[in-house]
Amino acid sequence: MIEREQVLHVARLARLRLSEQEVETMVGELSGILDHVDRIGNLDLEGVEPTSHVVALENVLRADEPRPSLPRDVALAPAPEPQDGAFRAPSPQAE
Amino acid sequence: MTDLLALTALEAHEAMVAGDLDAGEYTAAWREAAAGDELNAYLWRDEGGEEAGAIAVERDCIAPIAVKDIFCTEGVPTTAGSRILEGYRPPYTSTAVRKLLEAGAPVLGKTNMDEFAMGSSNENSAYGPVLNPWDRGRVPGGSSGGSAAVVAGGLAPWAIGTDTGGSIRQPAAFCGIVGLKPTYGAISRYGMIAFASSLDQCGPLTRTVSDAALLLGILQGKDPCDSTSVGLEGGVALPGREDLSGLRFGVPAELGHDEYDSGVRAVFEATLEKIEELGGEIAEVSLPSSEHGISAYYVIAPAEASSNLARYDGVRYGMRAGGDGDLIEMYETTRSEGFGAEVKRRIMLGTYALSSGYYEAYYGQAQKVRTRIAEDFEGAFSGVDFVVTPTAPSVAFGLGEKTDDPLAMYLNDFFTVPMSLAGIPAISIPAGLAEPEGGGPQLPVGFQIAAPAFAEQRLLDAAHALEQGIGFDARPEGLGG
Amino acid sequence: MAELEAVIGLEIHVQLATKTKMFCGCELSFGDEPNVHTCPICLAHPGVLPVPNEQAIRYALQIGAALNCEIAPRSIFHRKNYFYPDSPKAYQISQYDIPICGAGRLGDVRIHRAHLEEDAAKMIHVGESGRIHGSGASLVDFNRGGTPLVEIVTEPDLRGAAEAANWARLLRETVRQLGVSDVNMEEGSLRVDANVSVRPAGSEELGTKTELKNMNSFRFLQRGVEAELARQRELVEAGGTVEQETLHFDPASGSLTSLRLKEEAHDYRYFPEPDLVPLAPTAEMLREACESLPELPVARIARYEEMGLAHDVALTLATGPETADYFERTAAAADGVEAKVVGNWVTGELAAALRQANAEGGAASSKVSPESLAALVALVQAKKISHGSGKTVLGIMVAEGGDPAAIVEREGLAQMSDSGELEAIVEKAMADNPDAVEKIREGNGKAIGAIVGAVMRETKGRADGGEVNRLIQEKL
Ligand SMILES: [Mg+2]
Ligand SMILES: [Zn+2]
Repeated sequence: MIEREQVLHVARLARLRLSEQEVETMVGELSGILDHVDRIGNLDLEGVEPTSHVVALENVLRADEPRPSLPRDVALAPAPEPQDGAFRAPSPQAE
Repeated sequence: MTDLLALTALEAHEAMVAGDLDAGEYTAAWREAAAGDELNAYLWRDEGGEEAGAIAVERDCIAPIAVKDIFCTEGVPTTAGSRILEGYRPPYTSTAVRKLLEAGAPVLGKTNMDEFAMGSSNENSAYGPVLNPWDRGRVPGGSSGGSAAVVAGGLAPWAIGTDTGGSIRQPAAFCGIVGLKPTYGAISRYGMIAFASSLDQCGPLTRTVSDAALLLGILQGKDPCDSTSVGLEGGVALPGREDLSGLRFGVPAELGHDEYDSGVRAVFEATLEKIEELGGEIAEVSLPSSEHGISAYYVIAPAEASSNLARYDGVRYGMRAGGDGDLIEMYETTRSEGFGAEVKRRIMLGTYALSSGYYEAYYGQAQKVRTRIAEDFEGAFSGVDFVVTPTAPSVAFGLGEKTDDPLAMYLNDFFTVPMSLAGIPAISIPAGLAEPEGGGPQLPVGFQIAAPAFAEQRLLDAAHALEQGIGFDARPEGLGG
Repeated sequence: MAELEAVIGLEIHVQLATKTKMFCGCELSFGDEPNVHTCPICLAHPGVLPVPNEQAIRYALQIGAALNCEIAPRSIFHRKNYFYPDSPKAYQISQYDIPICGAGRLGDVRIHRAHLEEDAAKMIHVGESGRIHGSGASLVDFNRGGTPLVEIVTEPDLRGAAEAANWARLLRETVRQLGVSDVNMEEGSLRVDANVSVRPAGSEELGTKTELKNMNSFRFLQRGVEAELARQRELVEAGGTVEQETLHFDPASGSLTSLRLKEEAHDYRYFPEPDLVPLAPTAEMLREACESLPELPVARIARYEEMGLAHDVALTLATGPETADYFERTAAAADGVEAKVVGNWVTGELAAALRQANAEGGAASSKVSPESLAALVALVQAKKISHGSGKTVLGIMVAEGGDPAAIVEREGLAQMSDSGELEAIVEKAMADNPDAVEKIREGNGKAIGAIVGAVMRETKGRADGGEVNRLIQEKL
């Protein structure tokens, strides 16, 4: 079960703006999914090691050797509105 | 050469190497076939336009291939089925595609998919659903639906896709072809647009098990650009095995009949008999934690996805909307307009599962379930060589049938998710046809075989023997067979 | 109300001086054109993956060894999720519950932890810049984005602003001598944040802390902490309570302004980075880290104090290893002379002479060899020449080098041995200053200076001050 307030908070965290309609459906759908998922909440997994990785590797490192960077025009080509050789984003100040 | 398109990729390769088949002519025939796509399976095709140069091969000698639009290809549109990457042309090429090009396989085109590989029906593509070549009123499965459809629909000799919770195996089953999810780490993930990093794995979608082996041999390998890649020691040999004598196949005791359609069950049981005919042995194994696979998967995958998809922020590439407001306004407008409903749903789910106060209850607990599931398989493999299940609970369902019930859609991955969580290899081969629940023309049913990590060779050998024994030769209407 | 005690902890970000970035092969640089050192990885294009820089790991282990940290046998990377244009992936790859370096100590301050992470890109805020709409913008330069960082976090062991600044100086010098970073605060390769709180003296629990950022010099660090301590003391003494917040120090006005962050911005949703495998430093890596350590300031200071040097002299030497080695060679060459005296000459007279001649570089690169300085100090100690003449000779040595004995000879600066000659000069000086003589007789000791001065002028400083005094007293 998830509350409307939680949905709005999570949407802010995820930088998603949800329409009134989306919030409604999201509350219903997420609650349904979470009800199913909550089953694992009741399992007793005391002392079980969590798995964040299935590969048994360690210390996979890279030598400190320079590799060619992208030409600046290539790096900026896909940018929405480059300016003065830089990527441009709206100012956070305007909050 | 009578019908070039009738050749399997392996046959074509051998003919080209022997000089009996002209690579240019063969590739041209496939380009022509691909151009006839009526399934909305291709998002981009190489028509020898300016993009083609960007992905030119050294020498043709491997059959041309269709590539899921999740693999970055320098200079070629790469969208991952999302509006937010519309028009994006990566400045680099993924390791998987580079290996194909180096081996001499021209890229026919980029295939349609569920947005960011999130889906089991291909209805989550921002560019419209892919139609199932067996019945255009039905879904091809997902998320690699385009790759499965082009192979089944005669629009490509073979294809690559990605599998996070079943995204190769389930569409292969729905389309009546072979789909292999290799061991996590067998193939580099570099340049493969991330959905859930600890689960994503590239793999082949082919007509035959031998084609899958040939393709896996080309793709596998440790990659210095992917810290988590391992490769397959000794590479991959073409499967030669003819029978299954001495091999034990485990059927999970937990496989309750209510989880899948009767038509699917009939094919599954017939296949078990076929295994015994071929000298194999059927045993019961226990995978007690598998029933929690879906729950664990739908915490872990969305959690990783919520972080992986945070980079689509309208600053460096891709779509930007609301750029005239302040920063947060731009972020929210871009992401709200750029992502589809399913992607937003999973970002929300994953963000929630990681948010303070909920991490242990959801992500932490799911990681422990994951450990249990892996332990279940280890236990099972101490007694059997393989674990077998149906690939999907049903045959291909109708377009729009499950779109308004996300949970029902998620439960479709019931049989494929546990192997993904355990990181082990699993293959789906076409095992027969079955009538959908509620009637209609017969549709393909997939049979899933799972093996211990890095046991791909044994898996392919056994799958090949079973494939020969089954002799599945049905083809969608209009494609002969 | 009990006296309020300052409780200060520091968080120091050290940019590592590797050739390439933490997770990609782009070259590191400072002051280049924007966005000329970027690639799909550090621009976070779809599908890219990080691979850690081995040299960064080795540097982190060296820092850990220098700070006496426990090294984690196995540490992992986490993702710290937050949206900001300087963070291209919208998460920073950092370390969370298992940092590579655990508890340690430098001087009197305990180290809580030191972990590896990647630096953010540089943002420049611009105005309208010719745009008809919008509310100003940020231009993002990703050259710096992905630079390897070691973040060092201390325990709240510091009790004052000056103490904090001095400890930070010691840390900077320690890291500088490791050669793993440029530690340049102006260029941002060393960044110090301070966690400041106050509590009744003697109390055990910690008060609410505020975090001070952007103090890009040790002076500003001290001023910033002083300002914040004053603010908190005033607040608490007036019965108010300190609120947890991040404060931005403005060097110009010396004032602190609060950075109000959206409350959810603090939920970083840390989780283990699935694209990276664990770090498990090998025995070889650990051995190399320890063996690569030079003698660090803390150890040097202790050793020099053993040798009898005053703390400030020891500190001055320890913060300049080249000069310190020069001092040690000089002390070794000057047998029969206390190391304390040699230390004073190196940090005192020689440093002054070099400054006066504004000579490039320090003692080690000067024309004065340790051996010749040792010889000079020995001459003065043996009263062969007066201290004043010693400085004159040193000035000449700084200018043209050479052997002090020869210079003394050439300039005729040898102390007057023939007391007959000196006696005559003293008598003349007394005769020339009758009123001074008169004052002395009346018991005004100071007046003797006038006569001694006259003698020194006459002898060009070659006379031994003690001897002159004795003769004057004798003549009275
Ligand atoms: Mg930090
Ligand atoms: Zn880079």
